[in-house]
Amino acid sequence: MLGFLIQRLLQAVAVMVVISALVFVGVFAIGNPIDVLIAPDATQDIRLDTIRRYGFDQPLWKQYLNFVTSLVQGDFGRSFVFNMPVLQLILSRLPATLELTLVAVIGATIIGVPLGMYAGYRPNAVASRAIMGASVLGFSLPTFWIGILFIMGFAVELGWLPAGGRGDTVEAWGIQWSVLTLNGWSHLVLPALTLSLFRMALMIRMARAGMREAMLSDYVRFARAQGISDGKVIFGHVLKNISIPLVTVFGLELAATMAFAVVTETIFSWPGLGKLIIDSIQSLDRPVMVAYLMLVAFLFIMINFSVDIAYAALDPRVRSGRT
Amino acid sequence: MRRDASPFIRFWIEFAENRLALAALGVVILVVGAAILAPLFTPQDPYDIGKLVLGDARRPPGHVGSGGYVHLLGTDAQGRDLWSAILYGLRISIQIGITAGAVAFIVGGSLGTIAAFAGGRTEALIMRFIDLQLSFPAILLALVISAILGQGKWQLTIALVASQYAYFARTAHGAAVAERAKEYIEAALSTPLSSRVVVFRHILPNCMPPLIVVATVQIANAISLEATLSFLGLGLPVTHPSLGTLISNGFQYMLSGRYWISIYPGIALIVLILAVNLVGDQIRDQLNPRLQR
Amino acid sequence: MTAALEVRGLKTHFFTRSGAVKAVDGVDLTIERGRVLGLVGESGSGKSVTGLSILGLIDHPGRIVEGSVKLDGQELVGLDRDAARRVRGRRIAMIFQDPMMTLNPVLRVGTQMSMALRAHETVSNDTARERSVRALSRVGLPTPEQCLAAYPHQLSGGMRQRVAIAIALLHSPSVIVADEPTTALDVSIQGQILQEMQRLGAETGVALVWITHDLAVVSSLAHDIAVMYAGRIVEHGPTADVLAQPRHPYTRGLLDSVPGEAKPGEKLAQIPGSIPALIDLPPGCAFRARCSRASGACEAMPEIAEIGGRLARCFHPLEAA
Repeated sequence: MLGFLIQRLLQAVAVMVVISALVFVGVFAIGNPIDVLIAPDATQDIRLDTIRRYGFDQPLWKQYLNFVTSLVQGDFGRSFVFNMPVLQLILSRLPATLELTLVAVIGATIIGVPLGMYAGYRPNAVASRAIMGASVLGFSLPTFWIGILFIMGFAVELGWLPAGGRGDTVEAWGIQWSVLTLNGWSHLVLPALTLSLFRMALMIRMARAGMREAMLSDYVRFARAQGISDGKVIFGHVLKNISIPLVTVFGLELAATMAFAVVTETIFSWPGLGKLIIDSIQSLDRPVMVAYLMLVAFLFIMINFSVDIAYAALDPRVRSGRT
Repeated sequence: MRRDASPFIRFWIEFAENRLALAALGVVILVVGAAILAPLFTPQDPYDIGKLVLGDARRPPGHVGSGGYVHLLGTDAQGRDLWSAILYGLRISIQIGITAGAVAFIVGGSLGTIAAFAGGRTEALIMRFIDLQLSFPAILLALVISAILGQGKWQLTIALVASQYAYFARTAHGAAVAERAKEYIEAALSTPLSSRVVVFRHILPNCMPPLIVVATVQIANAISLEATLSFLGLGLPVTHPSLGTLISNGFQYMLSGRYWISIYPGIALIVLILAVNLVGDQIRDQLNPRLQR
Repeated sequence: MTAALEVRGLKTHFFTRSGAVKAVDGVDLTIERGRVLGLVGESGSGKSVTGLSILGLIDHPGRIVEGSVKLDGQELVGLDRDAARRVRGRRIAMIFQDPMMTLNPVLRVGTQMSMALRAHETVSNDTARERSVRALSRVGLPTPEQCLAAYPHQLSGGMRQRVAIAIALLHSPSVIVADEPTTALDVSIQGQILQEMQRLGAETGVALVWITHDLAVVSSLAHDIAVMYAGRIVEHGPTADVLAQPRHPYTRGLLDSVPGEAKPGEKLAQIPGSIPALIDLPPGCAFRARCSRASGACEAMPEIAEIGGRLARCFHPLEAA
């Protein structure tokens, strides 16, 4: 097990190095940041001075080396636009995205899995067909379009919920949270629901497929032959089996949802990382882009890593097997 | 069902048994037809900026503009007739969706098959890269690539292909590896057939069903992703609006009650995506051997 | 004395899109306590569906359309869901072919056994444990305590099947339906399990319906044999009589295609053709297309009738040699 962990950790480090190079080269190709940094009427001297100060006159590989060197020292650079350390900027926006993502994915799981299990248990029932129809809808509607509809309906027409912003926050562990206030929740509901519909549709499908397969399996047939009631077969036998793929999906979806928060945050003016990255792409704020992409990559690798471990913990075959 | 009918006819008969899927197919054909023949049904060329009159901007549905005809669905912020803009927008969306899907199909499909057939280090290298990319969210990749390449149809298509080909590659690889392990391939390889013949005549046809399933999903995804990128201002320019661009432009006027600029293009978009997905769902059910009864 | 299990005119059909599949189409079986009945047939003959029907485990789109299943004289067909559930596992049990698949891979054996126990009884953890240990040692597992703590994949195929048998015996049922329980096992293990079942049958007085396609297995285990073809019993009688002097041409064909009967170098006899699709089966004897003795009379369905000390369903039965 320890060998497995070390091997996976080394792999993760290698992947991070590759990603950092790709990200750096990719972002380097976006626009010319000099135009952002200095006023258009600046003199040639100021211009050259700025270029030198930021190291833009050096070859790409050297810039990358400098970047990695300061990265290892914990320095992500300064944002061109906000003129503050990027790390600080990102950390200040992270909680908003984190709480939006968590609420969306947990909500999608709590609602989606039972619905999917029911649809798999009674595939021909009217309710099951309705659930599956709704899941096709959840798959088809683009996230930004759902957001627009929600704003139209609940904010503009009905006036029940606010159309944007984060609302009141409360400080806990030195971080501002919306989930701890009622007003915060009223701001959170629409964006979280918008973000969760696609995941919910996915959870429904996964749970349904798992359930259908399990109900046709020999171990369920054997359990039913023992006179175990359907309820106990489902919660005693099947749930643990289908939870294994679901945990994987839950983890991966957590990361994908964070990425998709880009769209939701833009629509609802949610002051999180997603809005930050869109703004920084538009304003060519290179250090922010690089740091954000690195952070997402890092989170992805960490989540993949934890999913592997959770998988091993849940599935006795993996636990005692080759790993 | 007749047993002697060709596989294609049998497939069609089974497909037609699902009324919903059949209706969805009708919608897809109708929408695609309308998009292709857009110039015949529209009073205005929305891309001819010279003909746009600013006095006609943001008029509600039913308004008779300076052109002398009725704006059935109203006009947008530049004074475009929305009905015309939507049909032309569908045209772009479908074009980009299908092109991106087809290129991703070919690139990903061949890459996956080649990896499976090459084996060894080549396979490991290709599949590692694919897996790495798949673990990264497609939307972010598309976002960064379109930011790098700038606005435009081709730039957008490249961004979509780059973020989607990996799904095809993994599917093709999985199917080809499973196929490669089967005995008939070994049998075919032991005859003096060239390995190219084996790949194209034996392995590829057997990888097609899962690839077609992925394709139906990915075309709908490409259309949706295109609209999303355009909505975020990274897709197509305002002068050549796709559906996403139209929705994005209308979004700022929505809070002031001018709903139609966003809503109608939005409805066109979801009708298209929904119909494609419903058709795809049925095809997937029919091609999935595990669900066959 | 009432029979442990009495099946009369059982018909189970599956209603698919392409038509009704008559998987079981009028099966009669009787089995006394302590006896073993071998239910023999090719795959697709309806023998497994018969077993599932007896336990009321037929799912949509299948349905028992007609017939009666009596367990110790009590009618099982038509029982409501909960009443049927209370009979299953307690008074009639079933074991399946692949011991790899019949135990839940992610639950410990002990957990699965206590769930089986608690399906019909309220017992304390200690009692459940103690009874599980006893059940496991009764089927010849040397280290029952370790077995309880193990996950199925940690046990061998033979051990897994013994666990399944132990679960089936937990509530001392009157009847056990065993659906090819040794087919997936190695031949040596197969022999051990057969011996074990024989011993358990004699000890507990349980009636055993042993479903198999393997005549060799039946000959060493079963008191009676019933041969199934296309959803019907075609020959039913004492094992020794049926195997020594089959009267139905199909039984003869089955016996002739067992490789052990042929001498080396001699061409193996085989039944021409294959089992017919059970959709839109034409009326009359289903075997007639493959039968060398078929005549115009066979276009009507023969009744099953007594001949030479057993029952056979044929207009032109083979004569006693």
